[in-house]
Amino acid sequence: MAFSKTLKVLLVGGVSLAGLTFGATTIASAAGGGGTGDYEMVHKHWHFKGMGGTYDRAAAQRGYQVYREVCSSCHALEQLAFRHLGDKGAPFYNEDYKNPNENPLIKAFAADWTIEDIDADTGDVLERPGITADKFPPIYPNDAAARAGNGGALPPDLSTIVAARNGGADYLYNLLIAYDAKKPDDVTLTPGLYYNPVMDGGKIAMASPLSDGIIEYAPMEVYEDGEIKTVAAPEATVEQMAADVTEFLAWSSDPKLEQRKQAGFATMLYLLILSVLLWFSYKRVWKNVKH
Amino acid sequence: MSETLNKETETVDDEGKRDFIFLATGAAAAAGAASLVWPFVAQMGKAADTLAAGSIEINLSNVPEGQQLKTLWRGKPVFVRHRTPAEIAEAESVDVSALPDPQTDDERLVPNSSGKVNPKYLVMVGVCTHFGCVPVGEAGDFDGWYCPCHGSHYDTSGRIRKGPAPTNMAIPPYEFISDNVIKVG
Amino acid sequence: MSGHPSTYEPKYAATKWMDQRLPIIRMGADFMTFPSPRNLNYWWTFGGILALCLVSQIITGIILAMHYVPHIDHAFDSVQRIKRDVPYGWLLQPMHAVGASMFFLAVYVHMLRGLYYGSYKAPRELLWIIGCLIYLIMMATGFLGYTLPWGQMSFWGATVITGFFGAVPVVGESLQQWLLGGYAVDNATLNRFFALHYLLPFVIAALVGLHVWALHHAGQNNPIGITPKTKQDTLAFHPFYTVKDGFAVCVFLLIFAFFVFYQPDALGHADNYIRADAMKTPPHIVPEWYFLPFYAILRAVPDKLAGILLMVGAIAVLFVLPWLDTSKVRSMRFRPVARRFFYVFLVMCFILGWCGAETPDNIAFPFGTNDAGEKVGLSFYRLSQIATIYYFAFFLIILPVLGLTERPKDRPESITKAVLGGHKGAAAPAE
Repeated sequence: MAFSKTLKVLLVGGVSLAGLTFGATTIASAAGGGGTGDYEMVHKHWHFKGMGGTYDRAAAQRGYQVYREVCSSCHALEQLAFRHLGDKGAPFYNEDYKNPNENPLIKAFAADWTIEDIDADTGDVLERPGITADKFPPIYPNDAAARAGNGGALPPDLSTIVAARNGGADYLYNLLIAYDAKKPDDVTLTPGLYYNPVMDGGKIAMASPLSDGIIEYAPMEVYEDGEIKTVAAPEATVEQMAADVTEFLAWSSDPKLEQRKQAGFATMLYLLILSVLLWFSYKRVWKNVKH
Repeated sequence: MSETLNKETETVDDEGKRDFIFLATGAAAAAGAASLVWPFVAQMGKAADTLAAGSIEINLSNVPEGQQLKTLWRGKPVFVRHRTPAEIAEAESVDVSALPDPQTDDERLVPNSSGKVNPKYLVMVGVCTHFGCVPVGEAGDFDGWYCPCHGSHYDTSGRIRKGPAPTNMAIPPYEFISDNVIKVG
Repeated sequence: MSGHPSTYEPKYAATKWMDQRLPIIRMGADFMTFPSPRNLNYWWTFGGILALCLVSQIITGIILAMHYVPHIDHAFDSVQRIKRDVPYGWLLQPMHAVGASMFFLAVYVHMLRGLYYGSYKAPRELLWIIGCLIYLIMMATGFLGYTLPWGQMSFWGATVITGFFGAVPVVGESLQQWLLGGYAVDNATLNRFFALHYLLPFVIAALVGLHVWALHHAGQNNPIGITPKTKQDTLAFHPFYTVKDGFAVCVFLLIFAFFVFYQPDALGHADNYIRADAMKTPPHIVPEWYFLPFYAILRAVPDKLAGILLMVGAIAVLFVLPWLDTSKVRSMRFRPVARRFFYVFLVMCFILGWCGAETPDNIAFPFGTNDAGEKVGLSFYRLSQIATIYYFAFFLIILPVLGLTERPKDRPESITKAVLGGHKGAAAPAE
């Protein structure tokens, strides 16, 4: 009897867990706006999904290149500092440089950006190359300037974009590849707007940012499982670039995902063992007690 | 009926087994609680951005002789003193062995890329080693610095000479990136 | 704080010294020996689970407050910094955010358990009312806390909820602006919300003290609702219920940990990853899941003030429940009719939650399509009205009338009798 009771409790727990997850997903998808027209959302199998999922380093590294060479002309990465790129769990992590501030690759990335600073001697505004401790610089001095430069539309910050959109990575990926979809007749576009079936209402102020071969991928060195591997350069198709930049921005939204999942595995395992121990203790204590 | 109910107060036959399971449970719970404490404690440590924010560059040629530049590094003032020949002579003539915190003047300077020290420029963390006040320059009994909080006297090399402070003022980690520019941190 | 005669006897000089001056060890010992009904099932473990939730929220909350900046220019970034740069911030922030959801999950189970087993009936009316008060302050705390990350949902949630006060006749607008400290949700609002969000958990902790005191004075209710009569009806709290609660807590933590580590954002809103923007409302504003049923009641009437009164009433009715239920029988295990109405009530609560998450004009149950090809059927708006009516009818009509008309099943004489068999109540599990 007692055992069936416990089963029941576990069942109730499981059902409420499933219910909560389902409920949350329902709300998320209900708010997701399924897009317009006949466009069929492509659901990619992302490397970072699932209980043991990790970021695909090579894809995320290429994604940084896409961001740097394409997206960064309008979109900022407000929450990221250059050093984040070389953190544990980040695309450019290298075990030889546990402190990303000492990683020459990260230093080079930082130096590739221009940072506005104040001259300590004169107080004048000056420009200097970035250092690892710097945050990614804003693209526009303020929102008004950003709007003025983009026909009234504000290019959103990309550092949390995957977390900030219902549908997450799939949303972003589809947004980038869906520009070719056929516009339904009931969507009318004013100048400066483009058709994109993934957007609510099908209208977007950003012209298709990617086109085949817009950038050139080079083979890269990826630190994985304790060694450096060379990954060949894929062809820079729209799909490839969209997937890569999505992988990079997914990392940017949730940079501690790998640490969290690792800690989660240990924690869940521990709790499971403790539950079993407590269960046997419980049976011991209540052994001769009818209830 | 009552027999069944009262059994719980009787000694359980397999006591050893019972003890083991209770001990194991207790130990596991304690270990879990202990490991949970670590994140609660560690979170108060330096965050990644604090650790990274780190270095400043100072152009020494901007400091005229006999003057001092004060700048902030890691939330603390750094003094760059362009010493006069008299001050340098005073700093070098001291009998080091008689000092509370024995250090020669050269030991308190960092050599440039050619391996030579430039005694003109003294770079140090401008914080009194007593309780962290900022000493006043060109003051005190030894022509160096004087801390108004509790009366510590430092000489022209920033060494403690008199008063309650235990050690010389600290020298921050710095290096010469050109003849006249240093990078602190 | 204990309603049973103390059996504690200090053994050592130090404990004797202590006992004469501040009998705090005695209090702890009495707590451990407190006679608890021997038939408490797993639904009774949620009290302990809730205590853990409160402690966890207070600890992680104080930690987050060490890194959080309550200023509109820094709040959003400071939360991001916690998640990215603060040591273990990636763990502590979701522990607090998911913890809020887990706290509400547990409190709802705890309340429904009280409802089913009649734990609000004499002599536990005050115990129940203190519990309702705790729940009310929990809601306020949850709402205030959700504003702090200063994302889009924070901002617009705060705007909508404080708008409730604007519906009060005559003084509404002044009241709302007094609450906000301005014409709209702004820095003054964020600052006071932070101060209050820090304060209220300690008020809850104090009320929990009263709640436990009242519990130990009146004694625990139990699944059959029969007051323990003899010593055989009860067991010492420790080790019997400490180990049972411990097991339940551990299983609960497994669910908690799953969300913290694998689905930290599942119970939140994507829009809260966008910095608050006073110029742009998100297309689909929904409160946190634990407010959804009340949000649905709010929207079930087309009048602003009436909607708010109804929503306030939905919580207020819980406070007077001890006097609405006229039945002398506590446990619904012996009230077959009331039990069925209870299950419908449960379903209606879920339906209200569902309605709260959906756009009112959308169709919940389509019957077909009209000439224009649009779906027709029962809209969420109508569905929420049906559920709202049932919600109130359950408390205001069904429970009062049933108490007078329903014929309860035979009840066992005592807990011991029920436990040792013969009676159906003994074999029936938690139900």
